Amino acid sequence: MSNNMNLTLKVWRQKNAEAKGELVSYQADHVSPDMSFLEMLDVVNEGLIKKGDDPIHFDHDCREGICGSCSLHINGRPHGPKQGITTCQLHMRSFNDKDTIVIEPWRAEGFPVIKDLATDRSSFDRIQRAGGFISVNTGGAPDANVIPIPKVIADEAFNSATCIGCGACVAACKNASAMLFVSAKVSQLALLPQGQPERSRRVQAMVAQMDAEGFGSCTNTGACEAECPKEISITNIARMNRDYFSAKLFKSEE
Amino acid sequence: MSNFTKTFSSSLGKKLVMALTGIFLCTFLVVHLVGNLQLFKDDGGQAFNAYAYFMTNFGPIKIVSYLLYASIIIHAVYALLLTAGNKKARPVAYAVQKGSQNSPWTSRNMGILGTILLVFIVVHMGDFWWKYHNAELPYAKYEISLEDPSIINVSEVAYSDKLLVHSEVVDVQAGKRIVVSKDLYKVVNNAFQTWWYVLLYVVAMAALSFHLIHGFKSAFQTIGWDNSKLVPIIRFLGVWVFGVLIPLAFAAMPIYFFFK
Repeated sequence: MSNNMNLTLKVWRQKNAEAKGELVSYQADHVSPDMSFLEMLDVVNEGLIKKGDDPIHFDHDCREGICGSCSLHINGRPHGPKQGITTCQLHMRSFNDKDTIVIEPWRAEGFPVIKDLATDRSSFDRIQRAGGFISVNTGGAPDANVIPIPKVIADEAFNSATCIGCGACVAACKNASAMLFVSAKVSQLALLPQGQPERSRRVQAMVAQMDAEGFGSCTNTGACEAECPKEISITNIARMNRDYFSAKLFKSEE
Repeated sequence: MSNFTKTFSSSLGKKLVMALTGIFLCTFLVVHLVGNLQLFKDDGGQAFNAYAYFMTNFGPIKIVSYLLYASIIIHAVYALLLTAGNKKARPVAYAVQKGSQNSPWTSRNMGILGTILLVFIVVHMGDFWWKYHNAELPYAKYEISLEDPSIINVSEVAYSDKLLVHSEVVDVQAGKRIVVSKDLYKVVNNAFQTWWYVLLYVVAMAALSFHLIHGFKSAFQTIGWDNSKLVPIIRFLGVWVFGVLIPLAFAAMPIYFFFK
């Protein structure tokens, strides 16, 4: 294959959460432009394993852009140079022969490094557990469309619900703020009738947990929405702020 | 901790403080500009000195001015608190981070721009506000013809602690109104004869422009006021009024005195 590429990778290697890491250079030769970024790393890892070296640890699962597992800060941007995709959807044709690619883990107090490029994103789970749900009694499934919801509202709620919780918003933000994630999770329920009973309690609990996890605050740079693989809008952040301030300052219930 | 303190110590609460003080400071800029436009009047500074007297001695304005000083301090202190928190949120920095590919320059440099503005505010207040309140400034005497108020005879009166900051007498027999006031206009005029001083002001106004191009719309986003009817108006005001018109008009003042 004539258009295969030879690349230099600079990968963050860190033995464990406590160890001090560093960028290590690897040569990735004969890389097919049709490979996904993760497949390229798989090939590099096979080479490392054959040599008896420790393979590069990185998170991945579905490899079709819906699970939110894959991360990687590639050449200064989360999920690499393209917009609206995850790293597993990034292909090597986005790079050129002889490129140097710097690969780093998500950097945030709320996302400690487990090993190499794998980070612990369970802080997002804890934020969800704090209020990202609705409480309903189980029973027979209600008929569809019993509760009328305007199309625009349903669409907006669905857009918010497309968040896969990958953490690219935090990784892109200069303040490592989780506002886009939290606001999407608040919005998907706040927009719908089923989310109303717990609306006020939810937003306060989730913001409190977000702060407790050590994420930064929002400067409205818009970097999060530019890097979000699901292209979730910062309108969600404004909506969450509105809900939070109205819960805190204009309502007497908890 | 009371609910109230908890609200304002949360990350969102601190941002609300930034947004509210920021918007208040923006409204102040409008008032400050309208008043300062008196500088362009060709009346030897009579209107400007009368305005300076009004601003420093009218009760309600005095109260607002204390609110203003407080807002500047709170805006700066909360910016420091937020920045410290944001630095802690990313203990290990990226080796490579390309912010320019996903966000505007202004939004990433509000702290630097704000610091320039804070230094400017201190210098600016030291020059005019402090001098007006504490220094022994000369007085200007304006003899304004009652028949044609555009005929003004200006003369200097030396400082004396017996003089009121501003006084007005109408001499009907002589056919003129005599106004004697502390001559802040002269202080302004003298300050802007030095080229580097004019440059300092122009640079500060450039910083103001960049700070407000992001800051004005950002404040409304933080408050959560982002409905689709309002956003175009906020964007327009933020860029053209607060980002261009106001800084340009302020920058025109030192330039006007330098070339006058």
